[in-house]
Amino acid sequence: MMETTMTRLEITKVDSLPERAGQVFNVNGKEMVLFRLTNGEVRAVENKSPHPKGGTLSGGLVSGEYVYCPLYDWKISLVDGKVQAPDTGQVKRYEVEVIDGKVFL
Amino acid sequence: MEKRKLVLIGNGMAGVRTIEEILKLAPQTFHITIFGNEPHPNYNRIQLSTVLQGDTTVDQIVLNNWDWYKNNGIELYTDEEIVQIDTENKQVHSNKNRVVEYDDLIIATGSSSFILPLPGADKQGVVGFRDIKDCDMMIKTSKHYKKAVVIGGGLLGLEAARGLLNLGMKVDVVHLTPYLMERQLDQTAAEMLKNELEAQGMNFLLEKETVEIVGEERVTGLRFKDGQEIEADLVVMAVGIKPNVQLAKDSNIYVNRGIVVNDFMETNIPNVYAVGECAEHREITYGMVAPLYEQGKVLAEKMTGREPKPYEGSTVGTQLKVSNVDLYSAGEINDDPSTKSIKVHNEFEGIYKKILIRNNQIVGIVLYGDTKDSTRLFRMLTEKEDISGKTSSSILESNTCGSESVGVESMPDSELVCGCNGVTKGTIVESIKTQGLTTVEEVGSCTNAGRSCGRCKSLVSDILAYTLGDGYDASAKKTSICGCTTLSKDEVVDEIKAKGLMSVKEVMNVLEWKNEEGCSKCRPALNYYLGMIYPEEYREERDSRLVNEKMHANIQKDGTYSVVPRMYGGVTTAKDLKTIAEVADKYNVPLVKLTGGQRIALMGVKKEDLIHVWSDLDMPSGYAYGKTLRTVKTCVGSQFCRFGTQDSMSLGIKLEKKFERLDTPHKFKMGVSGCPRNCAESGIKDIGIVGIDGAWEIYVAGNGGTDLRAGDLLCTVKTEEEIMDMVGAYVQYYRESGNYLERTSTWVERVGLEHVKEVLKDKKTRHELNERLEKTLTRYVEPWKEALDNKEIQDKYYVTHSVQ
Repeated sequence: MMETTMTRLEITKVDSLPERAGQVFNVNGKEMVLFRLTNGEVRAVENKSPHPKGGTLSGGLVSGEYVYCPLYDWKISLVDGKVQAPDTGQVKRYEVEVIDGKVFL
Repeated sequence: MEKRKLVLIGNGMAGVRTIEEILKLAPQTFHITIFGNEPHPNYNRIQLSTVLQGDTTVDQIVLNNWDWYKNNGIELYTDEEIVQIDTENKQVHSNKNRVVEYDDLIIATGSSSFILPLPGADKQGVVGFRDIKDCDMMIKTSKHYKKAVVIGGGLLGLEAARGLLNLGMKVDVVHLTPYLMERQLDQTAAEMLKNELEAQGMNFLLEKETVEIVGEERVTGLRFKDGQEIEADLVVMAVGIKPNVQLAKDSNIYVNRGIVVNDFMETNIPNVYAVGECAEHREITYGMVAPLYEQGKVLAEKMTGREPKPYEGSTVGTQLKVSNVDLYSAGEINDDPSTKSIKVHNEFEGIYKKILIRNNQIVGIVLYGDTKDSTRLFRMLTEKEDISGKTSSSILESNTCGSESVGVESMPDSELVCGCNGVTKGTIVESIKTQGLTTVEEVGSCTNAGRSCGRCKSLVSDILAYTLGDGYDASAKKTSICGCTTLSKDEVVDEIKAKGLMSVKEVMNVLEWKNEEGCSKCRPALNYYLGMIYPEEYREERDSRLVNEKMHANIQKDGTYSVVPRMYGGVTTAKDLKTIAEVADKYNVPLVKLTGGQRIALMGVKKEDLIHVWSDLDMPSGYAYGKTLRTVKTCVGSQFCRFGTQDSMSLGIKLEKKFERLDTPHKFKMGVSGCPRNCAESGIKDIGIVGIDGAWEIYVAGNGGTDLRAGDLLCTVKTEEEIMDMVGAYVQYYRESGNYLERTSTWVERVGLEHVKEVLKDKKTRHELNERLEKTLTRYVEPWKEALDNKEIQDKYYVTHSVQ
């Protein structure tokens, strides 16, 4: 049943992503934020806080592999999307791959 | 092992709470399916009245969002009703022809508004007050119609009436008995309540029995038994609730008034349980959340194979959620020959307290106007405490002298803090200690305290203060900046100066931060301290600021922003107003609002529009988002006002122009009044200036916010030059010795007003402080203009990229 299409979508270039400042991309109607971490990795999550009251994540402060929800200060892992204790929840993640300095979804 | 199939009928507070409890005890035991006939996830029904009253929105009262169901693997069918339970074959059938099998079934169908069987009760415009649909209907009706009548002067009726008033309707409340809320209040308290609500605009028709609802298709009025008729465009029936039991009845489950259950919430059919308002336990059906949650807990333990203590029924307390009304009652209400009561009736302050006592035990509580003793008294009532050794004043007053926190200290661990969720002080203290909680919200998400009616939140915050306060004492009386370091603010600042550290990164490296890149507490703090220490050399780290300061706009919860241009001293021009109006039009700004600081906010601006809005406005940022000077509020003053002794507007504008954009530990507000009538409210500003004949008084450390505090007189001076000198020195001293996020009110309390006066008395010190201040002020540029001129800033912060 499950068919996986292998087409990759080029989103942007790594160089155009500033470090530690989320960039918002609208990909086919879905809003996601790309974060370029200090260690060079690029992570992507849905631009929506997992807090029950919602809100965006793009303006959040980035520290290491975490982003702090700008509205409710939840600490969220950009690696697995999990909200750190004592809060709970999970943000939707998108797998991105960096090939030749380009970011693919 | 295969999971047991658990079906829950009813997606409301009692049922879902039971599921939460089950998941806590045995997350892997059940495959769970939930049916709910409303189209919403589980929401906080208690807070519907606050939605109606406009204090909150439907989204904000959702308790379990869609993701919660998904993350817990729950199959959820909303807007779908179960029409048949086949207890023989253990199946439920829905109105959408879905058939689901179960091993265990929980019925939590709740209750509905009791609609009086009057002629005309089926007309349009007659509604109960039970769910979001009812709420929506009332809000819609209020837009087209003027006059509402609420039948029922009980808890629900009065909350609905208050909401309808807020929606701009005229409201009559019709009640059968001679006084309001007769099941919860005695006559004295009810009269006080009636007076307050009349002052708020409600009209009461007491001792009236409705016999007919009149109108054509739509209601136009009511007729009473005595023949009187009144007009009505909307009739809200709030006379009571009835358990939803039809489904159970049709399925041969034993039903009396509610679905009859034993002490373990079991019905007469094996593996079928009932909880919540639909259940009848020992001949009582409950309509309050606390007992429902207690039932849920017992049921969860039972279903996961534990041996719970049997549920033995609950005593419940009541409060009314209407603004300006503080009311609480529990247990018995009216005196009888076997009771003695303690009564306090302070008419002057509008306080009434009655404690009913039988055999040296409290059996009833009525509190009006001051309910802070309610939890303590309620505990004495439920624990049947022997009060024979106590004086009446010690029963009524938790502590005759002393602050709130003393009250928390003397609370026994077993005392209920959150009545709705049955959370005791002991549980909260324990979770604060073991899980390192620091905010009321965290306590809420860990223990559920404060998650229902919210009344106990201030008590939770007292307990936090009390518990954490102790913790600090134990750990060498030192408060570290955050969890990333053990150093205090003073130590960090000293190290920065001693070692010449120049950036956030350098501070964290050299001072061995535990998290390499810090956290949302220390990053903005270090950015501030560095900027304070090196007024000229430090290069601001924009990405270490929190969102509002980084974006130079206030983020709203939907991801839009508000834009507040500077309006010096609250003085504007026709031209500027036109510009603002045109911008609001052009960008479809959803709301234009006058702020508390005498200026205009454009609310709900899209992120992509920010740059264009700023460009079209061509005004400086009002920094309504910053830890900096917000506004200088002014009165009209001697330029126009016949009482004005000083030119407050000019001084206010001068102050705002001088201090705007300056980073301070926390936000900073000023006010200038032209005479002691003090129309600019200078007494509750960080700095408040009041003109008197021939001089100015300077007040400091006032606060009109969370910690209400009247300002203290710092000094009285003659000239504007003296004001500038004194205010500059004061602000700079606060900048240098205040902790990040410490308002001037708490700062002055901490260091002492006399100390501040002493420092500022010395002319040389003032001069040096002002020198450092002036240096700092030269570093700022107008941030909106900077963004307009700088493509890099625009790309980094204000653009959404599109990928097809």
